[in-house]
Amino acid sequence: MTSPLQLALLLLALGFSRGLQHHYPDQADQVDGEAELELVAEPSKFGSLWPLPQKVKLSAVSLKLTGVSFQIADAKGSSAGSGCSLLQDAYRRYYEYVFGGAKRQQQPGKGRRAAGPAVLTELQVWITSPDPECDGYPGVASDESYELTVDQPYAVLKAPKVWGALHGLETFSQLVYEDEYGVKSINSTTISDFPRFAHRGILLDSARHFLPIKVILANLETMAMNKLNVFHWHITDDQSFPYLSRTFPQLSQQGAYHPYTHVYTPADVKMVVEFGRLRGIRVIPEFDTPGHTQSWGKGQTDLLTPCYSGSKPSGSFGPVNPILNTTYDFMSQFFKEISTVFPDAYVHLGGDEVDFSCWKSNPDIQTFMDQQGFGKDFSKLESFYIQKLLNIVATTQKGYMIWQEVFDNGVQLKPDTLIHVWKGNKEQYQSEMANVTSAGFQTLLSTPWYLNRISYGQDWQGHYRADPQDFKGTEEQKKLVIGGEACLWGEYVDATNLTPRLWPRASAVAERLWSAADVTDINDAFNRLSVHRCRMVARGIPAQPLFSSYCPREYKGV
Amino acid sequence: MYSLEGVWPLPQIFTSSIERYPLNPQAFYFGYGRQSAAQFGCSVLDAAFIRYYSLIFPDYTGNGVLRFLEDKPFHIEINVDHDDCESYPHEDSSEKYNLSVSAGKASLNAETVWGAVRGLETFSQLVYQDDFGSYFVNQTEIDDFPRFPFRGILLDTSRHFIPVHAILKTLDAMAYSKFNVFHWHIVDDPSFPYQSQTFPDLSRKGAFHPMTHIYTQSDVRRVISHARLRGIRVLPEFDSPGHTKSWGKGQSDLLTPCYSGSTPSGAFGPVNPALPSTYQFMATLLKEVSSVFPDSYIHLGGDEVNFSCWKSNPDVRAFMQKMGFGVDFTKLEAFYMENIVNITTFLNKTAIVWQDVFDYHELIPKDTVLHIWKGSPANYRKELSRMTKAGMRVLLAAPWYINHISYGQDWRNYYTVQPLNFSGTAEQKKLVIGGEVCMWGEYVDATNLTPRLWPRASAAAERLWSDEKQTSSVDKAFPRLQDFRCKLVRRGIRAEPLYVGHCKHEYQGV
Repeated sequence: MTSPLQLALLLLALGFSRGLQHHYPDQADQVDGEAELELVAEPSKFGSLWPLPQKVKLSAVSLKLTGVSFQIADAKGSSAGSGCSLLQDAYRRYYEYVFGGAKRQQQPGKGRRAAGPAVLTELQVWITSPDPECDGYPGVASDESYELTVDQPYAVLKAPKVWGALHGLETFSQLVYEDEYGVKSINSTTISDFPRFAHRGILLDSARHFLPIKVILANLETMAMNKLNVFHWHITDDQSFPYLSRTFPQLSQQGAYHPYTHVYTPADVKMVVEFGRLRGIRVIPEFDTPGHTQSWGKGQTDLLTPCYSGSKPSGSFGPVNPILNTTYDFMSQFFKEISTVFPDAYVHLGGDEVDFSCWKSNPDIQTFMDQQGFGKDFSKLESFYIQKLLNIVATTQKGYMIWQEVFDNGVQLKPDTLIHVWKGNKEQYQSEMANVTSAGFQTLLSTPWYLNRISYGQDWQGHYRADPQDFKGTEEQKKLVIGGEACLWGEYVDATNLTPRLWPRASAVAERLWSAADVTDINDAFNRLSVHRCRMVARGIPAQPLFSSYCPREYKGV
Repeated sequence: MYSLEGVWPLPQIFTSSIERYPLNPQAFYFGYGRQSAAQFGCSVLDAAFIRYYSLIFPDYTGNGVLRFLEDKPFHIEINVDHDDCESYPHEDSSEKYNLSVSAGKASLNAETVWGAVRGLETFSQLVYQDDFGSYFVNQTEIDDFPRFPFRGILLDTSRHFIPVHAILKTLDAMAYSKFNVFHWHIVDDPSFPYQSQTFPDLSRKGAFHPMTHIYTQSDVRRVISHARLRGIRVLPEFDSPGHTKSWGKGQSDLLTPCYSGSTPSGAFGPVNPALPSTYQFMATLLKEVSSVFPDSYIHLGGDEVNFSCWKSNPDVRAFMQKMGFGVDFTKLEAFYMENIVNITTFLNKTAIVWQDVFDYHELIPKDTVLHIWKGSPANYRKELSRMTKAGMRVLLAAPWYINHISYGQDWRNYYTVQPLNFSGTAEQKKLVIGGEVCMWGEYVDATNLTPRLWPRASAAAERLWSDEKQTSSVDKAFPRLQDFRCKLVRRGIRAEPLYVGHCKHEYQGV
């Protein structure tokens, strides 16, 4: 009845105006790089699917759904049964997203709706592999693929593992629209989908500003709507140490903004990890050292290097002190705890932006440098530290991610180390990606996706255009790119503005990392993303607008 | 912990001592002085007492055990000279007040209830809590008044619809920063959400949605009444002849049909200035607007008129000939604006127009207020000189286009503006009635309005209220504004951080 073209119109009824941009004074900053495209607002033939699946076949045949008769259930042959609470939770979540909450149940005795318009009554979820991984954690090698067939009498969602099923449920919910009578409808559709990259992350920084758990959970929820699968938790930094360590409770006692109201307790962390798991999201904690550790020093004496002014300690402290055995004892115990608290196979060890001036000032360090034969090359000292740290972490059976500097400084790395590229302009990060991969390391990209950097206008277009495999290299090298992360550093961000600043800008990154490389039509993206952001708003997420327009259901908060 | 400089915007004249008095929420009383022209029953102040009680005692729930019974009661006594409780704040309303805090007592004296409301805000910001949660206020003496009488915020409800509750919340936050004008840019090209009594088709056809994305008459009344109780004027803008695409949907023949060659192209341009029906329509609409909005000002827009459509239209060209305008379309635009300004003059309203109107047509009625929005500091200073030299009153918005965002602490730019730093006589400077923070709506709706507006707008608030010499240091302002933004967060305003740090009570939403 309703073609996909009409359906998007109904959903959105975009009020875009390409009129004059009112009051744009001459002195306004110019967007550097590529100019923003003049976008034409019209419904996409792909409706509001975001990120765009790998293969989509939409038909004009429309089926109705009612909250009374429709259900999501396990398929007969599925290896996951009713004991798979991960899926049962997801069924309820997506039922509520589709129908906006519980609907009155049918009166007993009354049969299913009589003949009339074609009705879809069930979505059957069929986990096809023997181990559905219901109780497992998602990992970098998890199978996230799924196949979705919407047809009469049932829609069938097939996935080898629960992780693919979660994505398929999201896709299913994105196919549902309201016709002009408000009736929920879905068109007969076939989708076969899988991610282009395995690592699709968001970095949140809970050190520069404390982020209440509620905010973190809301953003995990939104990540799932965008098929993002890694929450990179930059949990500590110079400014504060909110992680409550069981082994070293004084770290947050002394180093958090407040020892009770601005900390993450073990129960909080558990909640985040489990909330993420139920949505197919990995939680990778970052404990950045040896720099970015001012707050650590407050609760752990002798951990940081005392800086000298002339021949006397100045009273201030620098990076972690790499010459003391106590430092490594501390790190061993600390990372042992971390390896049990965070189930993911990876830990991010930071290693960025180490300032050498304090090390230089300290006479003990100078002596140590001489003993080791490092001369005046402090990057050798940094390497010395990192090497020892990596060995420590390796004993906890974890893999590690590190910022690119560690690679740049020539630290010897295990072959499975992930190098996180974050620096430079386009040319520089592309050559870094080439260097890292030609050295045989796996890598992921963040440079073009520093979402904390804001500017006036539609900067999502720049985020959308960046591609992590866009560098000079062989096919083999390209395969070493495992994905990317959108970073929202916290200098200017806390619970008050985090969510609208992140969404839907991070959604642009999400599509780049999920969809096929040739999905680059920015106009089509604009039209799908506009509806997708309204869907996020309807689901209670304050995702900010792309441009003048409206959503059928505006944000209800303030 | 305590600092008088915690009051934002900084009061004009103040002294305080380290002597502090405990406040017990259960023994705290607002009252009217015997000499006060306003007494209990004064709608503005009675409501303010209720509001400020919770703002002064944010932790107080009312269901705790009676503590501090030994504490002495504290009375805050209000004296106002005029009983203007049922009126609206207006352009000449005095907002000055005197606040004197001593043992067990505070006296708040003002000429008007609006001054008293400002004083209550100041008092609420003087109260602080110690580590145990007890409330205190220090011995204080304040004489305060605004530097400029017009301190506005513009919200644009056409490019995105802003639900009424978000507007009301903005009014709350405005009162915390002592803003006193809500400039409601209510309609524009993208949508016409104002539901007109006389022309219901305007919103029926011109709103994003005729039922859910409109402001009904009762919505508008609610906004005006909420604003009034906070001493805030509501200044509506019905921008024409440009920026009117959405008007054309519900009012045929209002907009100029554009031509492509000798046939109409199907597109429409600005309001059609060649038809008498246009002026009848505008007179009727503005008559309604002037009765719905009690303020004595109406903003008539007049900016960014694109002449290409007028040029293409043979009837408009014929009209130009008839009027002897030649090919100078600025004359046509001036003709139109003059007619519209005359309508408002006839309705006893003061017109505000964007600077464009002055730029192409300096001969406009002397009591029109000009609104500067364009250009670099050098440009707007020149414009300030020119306009005030011509004897016109001026309102400055150019440096406070707060919808333009950039990475970092851009509030510093809003803070360091010097609105009177232009070449001109003392008489000319007096013609600058104030300034306005503009939040245009291309990229803003209810999802991001509040954090984008606050506390950046508060930087401008201090510039417009406080003494420029006392507030010339942006570095001194920084810690004060940080404290103030935590105060806003504590009051439920989603005000974003200035830089790294924390608030004792973080925002609890998402």
